[in-house]
Amino acid sequence: MSISREEVVHVARLARLALTEEEIALYGEQLGRILGHADRVTSLDTEGVPPTAQAIALANVFRPDVLNEPAPCLSQREALANGPAVEAGHFRVPRILEDGDPSGEEVAEE
Amino acid sequence: MSDLVTTIGLEIHCELATSTKMFCGCAVGFGGEPNTRVCQVCLGHPGTLPVPNEQAVAYAIKIAVALGCGIAPSSIFHRKNYFYPDMPKNYQISQYDIPLGLKGVLEVTTDAGTRAVGITRVHLEEDTGKSLHMGSGGRIHDATYSLEDFNRAGTPLVEIVTEPDMTSPEEGRAFAQELRSILEYLEVSDVRLEEGSMRFDANISVAPPGERGAKVEVKNLNSLKSLHRALAYEEVRQREVLGGGGAIDQSTRHWDERSGVTRPLRTKEHAFDYRYFPEPDLVPIKPSPEWLEAITSGIPELPPARRRRFIADYGLTPYDANVLVASRAAADYFEDAAAAAAGIEPKQVANWLANDLLGRLSERGEDLETTRVTPQALGALVGLVAGGSISGAQGKVVLDEMMVSGRPPAEIVEEKGLKQVSGRSELKAVVAGVLAANSDVVDRIRGGDAKPQGFLVGQIMKATKGQANPAVVQELLKEMLQG
Repeated sequence: MSISREEVVHVARLARLALTEEEIALYGEQLGRILGHADRVTSLDTEGVPPTAQAIALANVFRPDVLNEPAPCLSQREALANGPAVEAGHFRVPRILEDGDPSGEEVAEE
Repeated sequence: MSDLVTTIGLEIHCELATSTKMFCGCAVGFGGEPNTRVCQVCLGHPGTLPVPNEQAVAYAIKIAVALGCGIAPSSIFHRKNYFYPDMPKNYQISQYDIPLGLKGVLEVTTDAGTRAVGITRVHLEEDTGKSLHMGSGGRIHDATYSLEDFNRAGTPLVEIVTEPDMTSPEEGRAFAQELRSILEYLEVSDVRLEEGSMRFDANISVAPPGERGAKVEVKNLNSLKSLHRALAYEEVRQREVLGGGGAIDQSTRHWDERSGVTRPLRTKEHAFDYRYFPEPDLVPIKPSPEWLEAITSGIPELPPARRRRFIADYGLTPYDANVLVASRAAADYFEDAAAAAAGIEPKQVANWLANDLLGRLSERGEDLETTRVTPQALGALVGLVAGGSISGAQGKVVLDEMMVSGRPPAEIVEEKGLKQVSGRSELKAVVAGVLAANSDVVDRIRGGDAKPQGFLVGQIMKATKGQANPAVVQELLKEMLQG
């Protein structure tokens, strides 16, 4: 099991990782081994086993829609405490979607 | 190029009116100080776990059932992965290949007729936070930085996707209106469009009949008006491009409300690679038959059925039925008022409600929930007018007073001495007096000039302090001028 250089670059881009050529080669090989391990599962006979996204046989785990007093919310000060930059009660973030931003998002054209 | 066909599909996001968020116990609300309705879960802190809000799931199922969808026996949540600062987890918990509801239908009526619009799916997800773009224009591309408020992050959100079954901007708007009414009837959302609790994206293509046009997605539609305007603009734009021999590219465009145009969005490569995978922290939703039954039995009579009943049982015109049924509050109010005005033509109650009360309320920035005029009082007022106790004009004066004081109409009529005088003998004396005092006018009318007759009516109303029954006055005038 191996994955191509293009796949590694694509996944790295989606995860916002800037990889060197050496890292691309290294992670390509490591990811290939992980996938190879998972690939062994396909050798099992799963005839008659329904597909599932869950390893535990649970369903319908819910929470009642009740607003507790006091609310479980953080104070604004606590909420912002770990923010790298804060302004006027908000998290301050760098401008979104700069040129060359690899986000794959959309920008309105002038 | 009139032989071109327009094809429209909609995607609607609607915030659910739960008390708490989708996956945590923070309050759901609008406005307020930024970042005060947030916790470790909706801020995406490491190690936290989501727990779904049972009421939100029930609301989403209620919507799906009301739209005629089949409910998935077992549906699951997925993670939709992308980076955007208004989403602190870097993924949105949504549904992907097994949504709560599939394959429904909603009929919409326009001047062009009735059309059944297919509902592709109804699924449950969480809303994002709000970004405030700081810079010269307050717009994303000239911002120098952005501020994030996560109060909205994690609000339960239902996404409703239609089939591309609509063929005009009017049908698109009618669908959105009808859906909004249904959501109001279901009491699952406050449907306040101006607060963003309902938002629209549209797909529109124009092509010769039988051909498939290139799909253009229009985003940023936050009102019924902008939905209609954007669709109408885009329909004309595409027709002009095709008419000029050009081709439409499959693309995404942004509606600019201010200038009333759509603009292209530059889509970079690798867009929409969301790497959906099943949310490992949440278990499937498997609604029991008992739960489904309980949810379904809570669905009231919905607008399409109620409209038919208003026409059949109350004898309303389709137009009046439409106006009243569009809002559950107005329709409920009408039924209560009509019951209070038993024996009176319901059409008259509908007129007083739709034309007089609702008009006055919107002028004053009030609504049927805040007004002091009860449905019973409006019914009583219509009864007084229909029974001839007061004239229509007097009724409007009484209504104004009712809106201020909330007092019953009969009391106001009594106090203001607003009794309508309909007795012929009583009025005959008044008319005779007015005619005698205005013999010059009478001569002109008898000479063939009908114009001053209104002046005489005015004089008679003045002499009776507006209490004369106008129909009787007209009748008497006609007789006595001839005589």
